[in-house]
Amino acid sequence: MSVKIKHYPGEEVETKDFREGKVLFESFRPKAKYAWSAGIAISRFLEELKNGRIIATTCSKCGRIMVPPRIYCEKCFKPTDGWTYVKDTGVINTFSVSFIAADASRLKEPIVVAIINLDGASEGMGIVHRIEEYGDWREIKIGMRVKAVWKPPEERTGAITDIKYFKLVKE
Amino acid sequence: MFGKKRVAIVGAGVTLFRRNLKETGKELSFHAAKMALEQAGMELRDIQSVVMGTAPDAFDGVHMKGEYLADGAGAYHKPYTRVFVGGGTGVFAPLAGWWHVASGKFDTCLVVCEEKMSSCYPHPQYAFTTIFDPILERPIGMNLIWIFALEMNRYMHKHNIKKEDIALVSVKNKRNALDNPIAQLAANITVEDVLNSEIMAWPVQRLDVSPTSDGAAAAVLVSEDIAKEVTDNPVWIDGVGWCIDSTYWTDRDLYYPDYVEYAARMAYKMAGIKNPPKEIDVAEPYDPFDYKELHHMEGLLLCKKGEAPKLTREGVTQRDGDLPTCPSGGLLGCGNPIAAAGMMKVCEIFWQLRGEAGKRQVPGDPRTGVAQAWGDLMQYGSVIVLRR
Amino acid sequence: MSEVAIVGVGCVGFRPITPELSYKELMFEAAVKAYEDAGGINPREDVDVFVTCAEDYLEGFSIFDEFVPDQLGAALRHLLTVSGDGMLGLATAYMLIKTGYFDTVVVEAHSKASDILTYMDIVQFGLDPIFNRPLGGHPYYIAGLEMNRYLHETGTTEEQCAEVVVKNKKNAVLNPHAAYGANITLNQVMCSERLFHPLKKLEISTPADGCIVLVLASEKVAEKLTDKPVWVKGVGWCTETPSLETRDWTRAVYTRLAAEMAYKEAKISNPWRDIDFAEIHDVFAYKELQHMEALKLCDYGTAGKLTEDGLTALDGELPVNPSGGLLGMGYGLEASGLQKVLEVVLQLRGEAGARQVEDAQVGLAHTWRGIPTATGAVAVLSNVK
Repeated sequence: MSVKIKHYPGEEVETKDFREGKVLFESFRPKAKYAWSAGIAISRFLEELKNGRIIATTCSKCGRIMVPPRIYCEKCFKPTDGWTYVKDTGVINTFSVSFIAADASRLKEPIVVAIINLDGASEGMGIVHRIEEYGDWREIKIGMRVKAVWKPPEERTGAITDIKYFKLVKE
Repeated sequence: MFGKKRVAIVGAGVTLFRRNLKETGKELSFHAAKMALEQAGMELRDIQSVVMGTAPDAFDGVHMKGEYLADGAGAYHKPYTRVFVGGGTGVFAPLAGWWHVASGKFDTCLVVCEEKMSSCYPHPQYAFTTIFDPILERPIGMNLIWIFALEMNRYMHKHNIKKEDIALVSVKNKRNALDNPIAQLAANITVEDVLNSEIMAWPVQRLDVSPTSDGAAAAVLVSEDIAKEVTDNPVWIDGVGWCIDSTYWTDRDLYYPDYVEYAARMAYKMAGIKNPPKEIDVAEPYDPFDYKELHHMEGLLLCKKGEAPKLTREGVTQRDGDLPTCPSGGLLGCGNPIAAAGMMKVCEIFWQLRGEAGKRQVPGDPRTGVAQAWGDLMQYGSVIVLRR
Repeated sequence: MSEVAIVGVGCVGFRPITPELSYKELMFEAAVKAYEDAGGINPREDVDVFVTCAEDYLEGFSIFDEFVPDQLGAALRHLLTVSGDGMLGLATAYMLIKTGYFDTVVVEAHSKASDILTYMDIVQFGLDPIFNRPLGGHPYYIAGLEMNRYLHETGTTEEQCAEVVVKNKKNAVLNPHAAYGANITLNQVMCSERLFHPLKKLEISTPADGCIVLVLASEKVAEKLTDKPVWVKGVGWCTETPSLETRDWTRAVYTRLAAEMAYKEAKISNPWRDIDFAEIHDVFAYKELQHMEALKLCDYGTAGKLTEDGLTALDGELPVNPSGGLLGMGYGLEASGLQKVLEVVLQLRGEAGARQVEDAQVGLAHTWRGIPTATGAVAVLSNVK
């Protein structure tokens, strides 16, 4: 993009050129499978979700109650000191209403996703989850209160989806 | 600066940015590298080290794609390193080039940034589903647009910013891109066009967003001695900065990018800049979304928190304004081949400072410019300060 | 310009599996150890730059960089990721300190190989998508190709390659960081399954989990933090070519060029004489021999004979892989290079226990990025400034 450069390389092709075989290509689907160890902190967190509770870790130095829990305080760089339950209610820190899926295709029904600051955790500590039972999405506001809607105990597997979603609650 | 070495950029190159380019990633790397060498009046044999900047392997569809791209980037039989800090990579790669030379280990370094997003099928966005925590976030069905929407909403809420003001960034950058020969989405559009475009993830709409692209960009970095030999108008890398915030993005207030501020402070300190709005003549903050330009202007300390929309409304960031911002057309206008897009911003500042930007040239004989990129989970800032 | 020293090391593993810890917790443990070893530094204040070395597909993420700062103490600090072997991270730290702007730099690399369910498919995904991948097959056939050409060109025997396995696994028995130490016989190696002719099963190292963190410092800081600094005398790294079609299949050119760069910087004119012991990338047994020659530790084609004669044994003239190498420690993926550096540091500090090499002053660490690359790195370290 300099006046000294007269030509910029690059041969544009259209998506249909691929379909019509005008551009040759090779396809491959990688077989990439993983089983991540959840570790000490998140294993406990998942076990507690199975029990219908949300657990956090605490740091005695900075005094924070941290969720998602971790075995180290990233601010103080020391091991965390204890476990404590936080509530399954909280406040919408921010939200989005998504009309497209991960591959950029249109969704029939929009998905509302939010960062929820949980009651009982330190200020600003939150998790990301879905919001349902909201009525008209235009009525959702930052700062509204929400509560977790859990799967029935027998359906819980020790996963973040043991909470089905959060719903709006009246003050 | 006693005892420390200065590093200059003496040549830059860039390919077209397009949704699909026929060239492979290796071929794009070659074109950009070749152009940068030609502009510097140098040959590959003059190059002692090579740095590659390129974003997720999932785009090109090759594990260890830095290795795969090596020969295209001119690294055959050379010391070669790939750095990767998510979307921040494009501005970060020349920082890595800087320490190759500033250390005294090498006199020259070729920095190449490449992205071939179109290889990822059925849509490049799909590669972004695996940037999230596999246990806590992927099961929710997270995708990339969501986190931008969450951040944009928080930014608007905190400062009571209207979408109309944010849309002005998209209008400006796409118009600036009309003068950029590599641009993919140059256009004359209005604020209404942005506000009426398809809602993707509220508050993000189609025209708030940069596209996915293929492309490459490169630059030649040299020591002070070599710079004096090869050119009369080197552009100096006077400040470098980078910073990463905590992985726990849901625990932070997304309205302000602390990590960009920390990166900027690091770079400004090195460059001896005390009053950024006064001392910086031209800026290329990262603009994959229109609100991001505003967010990053604030993080770069070019204005106070929440003030960037006002400056934009008043025309301060236009090419002929007091603080020309994204004169290249940015990612919104030129396209967003991730690492190549960040590097293109560095190339734009280089050309602006050399007075070679033609129709895009900002008036007033600019002496100092800054380019910045953002990356990871609302988390990474990379900043470079260039001076003539 | 300041000299650069390694002033702290921390290691967790290496073990075949680590199901109890997440990759973050593995990194945290290694980091805590390294900071303690470096005189008890506080990473929140005392570290200028953090460098992590990782590849996305070995972690199962699209941008793994996102997930590294907190457990290293690097949140809201200056961290970067090198998509490469840990020794490229060491080279990066070295250059950063040499600029004069940074005094303390941390380098991290790890392997959570046990989290990867389809490791060989990932390796295959690294092959050229147009020329090589469509041919299919297990990607280690590339090692078979190379070994065959190497034996053919140099006259090295299969038995000599197998001797490497016997030696390294034996050394590993003495190394608490090793996952796969064993006393095995030459016959056992020779009789193990021929997987990629002429490469046999026991000549291939097995992945293992672990994490290594290093603390590097400038001269003035190093001398405050430790009594036993290990000086980085020279580093070199090189990429030959990604192309299988045009590379040199016998001589490990990438290692030769990297070594020349490192030796020049370290002022080493006669490697066999000037270097007391070496840690050499041995993910396949023949690679130790091929790399020894490329490192100019011996003449081309003679490494097999030297090994057979016991010169590279722990009590030999030039001990090679006293740690047990990757064959004995386990293959730490992108941490391979730091496995090598770790052992050299421990040896030079006199902390290698039962496998201590006597009077060691200069050690060499070497790495290779594995199949299908032709990229390697070399570091020359010394306990004398």
